[in-house]
Amino acid sequence: MDLGTSLINVALLAMLFVVAVAIIRMRSLFAIVMLAGAYSLLSATWFVVLDAVDVAFTEAAVGAGISTALMLGAMLLTSRTAKSERAILGVVPFLVCVLTGAVLIYATIDLPALGDAASAANSHVGAQYLERVQADTGVPNVVTAVLASYRGFDTLGETCVIFAAGVAVVLLLGFGERSLSARSDKGRSRKESK
Amino acid sequence: MVQFILERANYWAIIGLMMVGLYITFQSANMIKRLVGLSIFQTSVFLFYITLGKVAGGSAPILFGRDAKGHGAKVDHSADPGTHGTEVAHAETHGLIEIYSNPLPHVLILTAIVVGVATLAVGLALVVRIRESYGSIESDEVRRMDIGVADAQDADALVEATS
Repeated sequence: MDLGTSLINVALLAMLFVVAVAIIRMRSLFAIVMLAGAYSLLSATWFVVLDAVDVAFTEAAVGAGISTALMLGAMLLTSRTAKSERAILGVVPFLVCVLTGAVLIYATIDLPALGDAASAANSHVGAQYLERVQADTGVPNVVTAVLASYRGFDTLGETCVIFAAGVAVVLLLGFGERSLSARSDKGRSRKESK
Repeated sequence: MVQFILERANYWAIIGLMMVGLYITFQSANMIKRLVGLSIFQTSVFLFYITLGKVAGGSAPILFGRDAKGHGAKVDHSADPGTHGTEVAHAETHGLIEIYSNPLPHVLILTAIVVGVATLAVGLALVVRIRESYGSIESDEVRRMDIGVADAQDADALVEATS
């Protein structure tokens, strides 16, 4: 990897760290949600550096766009600030996180080096897709070809998951009769209290 | 040694980000902040996966230049669908000129991002329902209310048993 790319790597990782640590310190939920959107956008930029342009596109649209909108909506329906945490309670999670991180870093010693073309992940199925895609599908974008053609059933399953999630949200929040009655009940009690 | 560290520094940084997400999830009592921590953890896992698919000197997995040509003159592969034995030879004749990153992690993470948003939506809907029922989204307050209700029920049961 050349110097320019390394510098971009370091800068993006530093920004990701700053944003993540800022989220720990914040109490205003609006700021937290906005910083989460910024985190998504920064990671989308990093995906571009790592050659994953399709992933970057999706992360920017879905991760930074739709999730942020969803979280803002939920924040408006609930509350605007988080309660301040007691400092003593933070010690145990901190120790657990440090321990987990240490174990994971120990596990990376066995991993192939970054950018290793001969690693197990890069040399078998992925390479096969790259070599065959032109003859099999004629689509130059390999990610699209794998997503929609080779692994089309995966994408169908994904659509089922999204449908199930949508149904779950509708069942939880309620639309039509239930939500309307709830709203009019609230309005009535508010009028009575006045 | 320096080489070894440089080749793995990205993994370690991503693990650090992952742990920050985990810490937010553990430490925060506010449920929306918890979900934010969870999505930070999730995004870090995506970063880790994509890093594993990076090939040095490679470009995005979109065929270009001479690799993308020969579209019209391609071997008629669809005409003989049963000949799986010839596929290895077939792949060899179509060797690539340019270097590309591994497309497979990208596809898996594309699916994971969308599913992640779906689960986030369900989580947020649960938080909104909890707020409707308890009037709070701080998990310790919700737990205190639950324990209060359980204590009251126990006391009632005790009164009924003794009378």
